[in-house]
Amino acid sequence: MLEIRNLAKSFGGVKATNDVSLEFPDGSLTAVIGPNGAGKSTFFNLITGALKPDSGQILLDGVDLAGRAPPEIVRHGIGRAFQVASIFKSLTVQETMLAAVSADQRTSAVLHKRFPLPETRDRAEHVMELLGLAGKRNRTAATLSHGDQKLLDIALALVLEPKVLLLDEPTAGMGPEERWRMIDKVRELWETQKITVVFIEHDMDIVFKIAPKIVVLCYGHILATGSPDEIRNNSAVIDAYLGTEHAGAAA
Amino acid sequence: MTELEAGRAQVLVPVRSGAALQRYRDVLIALIAFAVLASLPFFTGSKALLDFVIRCSAYGLFATSLNLLVGYTGLTSFGHGMFFGLGAYSFGLIMQKLGVPVPVAFVATLAITAVIAAIIGAICVRLKDIYFAFVTLAFQMLIHSTILSWASFTGGDQGLRGGIPRPAFLGINLANHVHLYIASCALLILGLLAMRQIAQSPFGYTLRMIRDNAARASFLGIDVWRAKLTVFVLAALFAAMGGMVMALFVSGAYPEFAYWTISGEGIFINMLGGVSTFLGPMVGTVLLLLLNDTVTRFTEYHGIVLGVVILFFALGLRKGLLDFVAEWFSHRDAGEGR
Repeated sequence: MLEIRNLAKSFGGVKATNDVSLEFPDGSLTAVIGPNGAGKSTFFNLITGALKPDSGQILLDGVDLAGRAPPEIVRHGIGRAFQVASIFKSLTVQETMLAAVSADQRTSAVLHKRFPLPETRDRAEHVMELLGLAGKRNRTAATLSHGDQKLLDIALALVLEPKVLLLDEPTAGMGPEERWRMIDKVRELWETQKITVVFIEHDMDIVFKIAPKIVVLCYGHILATGSPDEIRNNSAVIDAYLGTEHAGAAA
Repeated sequence: MTELEAGRAQVLVPVRSGAALQRYRDVLIALIAFAVLASLPFFTGSKALLDFVIRCSAYGLFATSLNLLVGYTGLTSFGHGMFFGLGAYSFGLIMQKLGVPVPVAFVATLAITAVIAAIIGAICVRLKDIYFAFVTLAFQMLIHSTILSWASFTGGDQGLRGGIPRPAFLGINLANHVHLYIASCALLILGLLAMRQIAQSPFGYTLRMIRDNAARASFLGIDVWRAKLTVFVLAALFAAMGGMVMALFVSGAYPEFAYWTISGEGIFINMLGGVSTFLGPMVGTVLLLLLNDTVTRFTEYHGIVLGVVILFFALGLRKGLLDFVAEWFSHRDAGEGR
């Protein structure tokens, strides 16, 4: 289980994350929403080690990862995909996957071996199949469409077999059709891989459709947590973020 | 076997056998190249040609090692020449002062280089882009200044005088020109083969990931600093090998071997030959040395001619020679695939 306790981070006088405490049980799917500047990406950056928290704990299965470097956090089982697809543009899809699987091996253990390592093939192949990238294995990442680059970014996080997968706006920059394809893929991943998925999303239709649990952040603190219906009917959330468009839609 | 597994096996077989074939192919090419080079003295009595190949071996090792940093890792070092000079001086001094067999001096030089490269690298690889480039240059100037000012040990601006003793070992007499030539070729081929292995290993692909997107690499569990430091030290070792070949060739070591212009030549060689292919720097080395030897024969203003060539490649072509060849092949393959 991923457990966040009293996490705080300030930039100067701005409290980007203000005493946030949350629990993400194993195998859960949670959406993090909130207006621009709510501290959603900062929250992810703190969990993944891109930023060091001022205080608080980030417990993964009881191990405190707060303040540790990203490679160490990844090795403990937290994977991440980025808002803007973060990929390796000169490598092909297949090279990217195979290189990612062997990336955590000690240099002295692989220096005399040739790329790719035979033992990495199955896992790389499995993830390419899972995300529908197998047919594009020989394409260099730079030549992929925006949607495929986002999928590759997720594939990179997934190929390391994380316990927790953090997706920062997986549908950002996509058209309506591509957006739903991507979100179906995210849901499928969550269902088949049995991992904990936490995603940031701005499209409320998507959030209310697929997320069993929603966390609303506002100015760095938690405004509300609950099921889609609870969030829709929360007056504080309606005032601060949702407005009347999504409010009470379930009623 | 399920249909999916069967499909997977079909797709994956070329990956596995391709990697093994690539290794055998590289070794075969290396053996053929060595056989051709080693047989050269039996077909020609031209000492100038053999000297040219020895110089190509020294500079080729140096330039290819620089490409491990520049082309594969995205670390543009302006001070890589310090390891060329360090190799030449360490080897020369060990041979002069200690009188040990050549292989012992060779290994000791590599050990000294590794220690110094690890110290310098630990500081430099934390820096990015232009800061990395200039701090490496600063270290090179520090080593050059040390060589000049510590005259009692290094010979100062006169270099190591009195020649480097080259006692015979295992039937190899490096004082003999042909023996020296064949030993240089062997070091070149072995060095290139080792660097090719590094580039084509999983670690080589980790370096490519760091070059493309170091931040993302760290979110895949890669310790970017450690990987950069490792390749920095490895590249230094091969540069030192080049320096040793040069020291054996001229039977001495001179401050120019550690001057910034050596690093500049390394960068230029890489620009000339191209950084996107493994053999680009080797081709660049042959071109630069040919150009140097030819131009200096006709004019004393050879610097101007070389400058024009540099500008032509840097501003006009924006690629090295082998980059164009590689691009042509990839376009052709893409055309055939359509």
